[in-house]
Amino acid sequence: MGMTMTQKILAAHAGLDAVTAGQLINAKLDIVLGNDITTPVAVNEFKKAGFDRVFDKDRIAIVLDHFVPNKDIKAAEQSKQCREFACSHCVSHFYDVGKMGIEHALLPEQGVVTAGDCIIGADSHTCTYGALGAFSTGVGSTDMAAGMATGMAWFKVPSAIRFELTGQLPANCSGKDVILTIIGMIGVDGALYKSMEFTGSGVASLTMDDRLCICNMAIEAGAKNGIFPVDDVTKNYMEGRCERTPVVYTADPDAEYEKVIEIDLSKIVPTVACPHLPENTHPAAELSEIRIDQVVIGSCTNGRMEDMEAAYETLKGKQVAPGVRCIIIPATMQIYRECVERGYVTAFIDAGAVVSTPTCGPCLGGYMGILAAGERCVATTNRNFVGRMGHVDSEVYLASPATAAASALTGYITAPKEVVR
Amino acid sequence: MKTEGKVFKYPDNVDTDVIIPARYLNTSDAKELAKHCMEDIDAEYVNKVSPGDVMVAGWNFGCGSSREHAPLVIKTCGTGCVIAKSFARIFYRNAINIGLPILECEQAAEEIQAGDQVNVNFDTGIITNLTNGKTYQAAPFPPFIQNIITKGGLLASLKEE
Repeated sequence: MGMTMTQKILAAHAGLDAVTAGQLINAKLDIVLGNDITTPVAVNEFKKAGFDRVFDKDRIAIVLDHFVPNKDIKAAEQSKQCREFACSHCVSHFYDVGKMGIEHALLPEQGVVTAGDCIIGADSHTCTYGALGAFSTGVGSTDMAAGMATGMAWFKVPSAIRFELTGQLPANCSGKDVILTIIGMIGVDGALYKSMEFTGSGVASLTMDDRLCICNMAIEAGAKNGIFPVDDVTKNYMEGRCERTPVVYTADPDAEYEKVIEIDLSKIVPTVACPHLPENTHPAAELSEIRIDQVVIGSCTNGRMEDMEAAYETLKGKQVAPGVRCIIIPATMQIYRECVERGYVTAFIDAGAVVSTPTCGPCLGGYMGILAAGERCVATTNRNFVGRMGHVDSEVYLASPATAAASALTGYITAPKEVVR
Repeated sequence: MKTEGKVFKYPDNVDTDVIIPARYLNTSDAKELAKHCMEDIDAEYVNKVSPGDVMVAGWNFGCGSSREHAPLVIKTCGTGCVIAKSFARIFYRNAINIGLPILECEQAAEEIQAGDQVNVNFDTGIITNLTNGKTYQAAPFPPFIQNIITKGGLLASLKEE
């Protein structure tokens, strides 16, 4: 019996010719990742267990992104602990303020992760790197500690759902609308423990930013990982960027899938996930009565260059509606810089929006845009659970950058018109 | 190993943001964090829970973030175990790694009610509802995972190797 793309990568990293769904394996890791929230717990566990060295200083990435620039004294202490650990173990991929970005935008951009990798990260959205054709999954801090010490992790080989993509997205839709539509179809545990493998003729029309966004939210359907095949789009993206040589794996023609779901991209519409679950999706056009107080455009899901472009195309020369706070957060320093150079930052400020240095801040209700009781936010982030962005009686509506920007202009949830992609 | 206590019942899709809101994650101190366990879904939980008490929930318990703080606060505030219809995968891994007993049992999670007194035997997977005498058999852990639990968590088991 053939293997899925995910199973091929896992087999290779476990030193096995073949694996089957359900098999428990020990796999070699290419990158172990942590952030300023999860690394301190991992460092404590690492030390408590008596480990004194990391398996490979070049295969560990520590990114300070959640509460930096530090939001308070406690956050500063956590950053300090990460910094000291990175320094004492000479961790080469340590990203502090000035060099940092939101981890899942930063690591692909900087070429730290590549096709064929086996990656764990103590952050649930580590599944993002499947867009490059890697196996990548979120774990907790103890797994991160074990990974840093041994360079290995145990996995139960997942079965898979195959998403057969056809057609091409309408001009006002992007990867976010695709993944929200899928989560709406299968539910927040629709892919629990499984791989989501995206294939089909429609893949070629999706940009790298679309694919990163789609894989990013695989966890929101409960998946272990999301993964795209490596094609010319991927190769062009990786060319001259990745520090290690990409390895291309392809699914066997007779690979077994639990089910195959066909998605016609041309039928996708601007989609919004209403409170309080990402599966609670509706066409944006049907929600035009819902008044909003805040818009957040950013995060590991949608803080990339194309997301900034979509916001710019919608907001330039216009004004954010009275009573709406519009917060725009480019995900990395490189994206931030490009927004400055292209004049986006000026256009955003002229439109009445604010532009922040990269941070996860508002997405998880940390800082930089917390909601009061009864307030509503349209956000390009990934979760809309109770209290996610602030008060338990506040509401988060998940949407694409184009929908979020269009909503900022009207003060109501608004389906975007054509967006230049 | 076993636990015995009263039941706190929760719905499907209990997420890590309600188990331990991210606004408190500026510390990794378990006791400090545990003061806010379940705060956004059941603010009284930390005041009502007694050592050994049992959480019973629906599908996909622990969905959302990878924060290990979630199983950690549940354990630290004295909860004896969590029984659910299913667990989100990162939470499942984290619970095993830090030694919070968890059991998957659809029927028990459906039938056991808030306030019931239950006894849970982790070695056999048998859940007994002492309030009405009904028993349930939870799915056993694979031997590989049982080994991690027996050795006292992932790092302890690695250290032994």
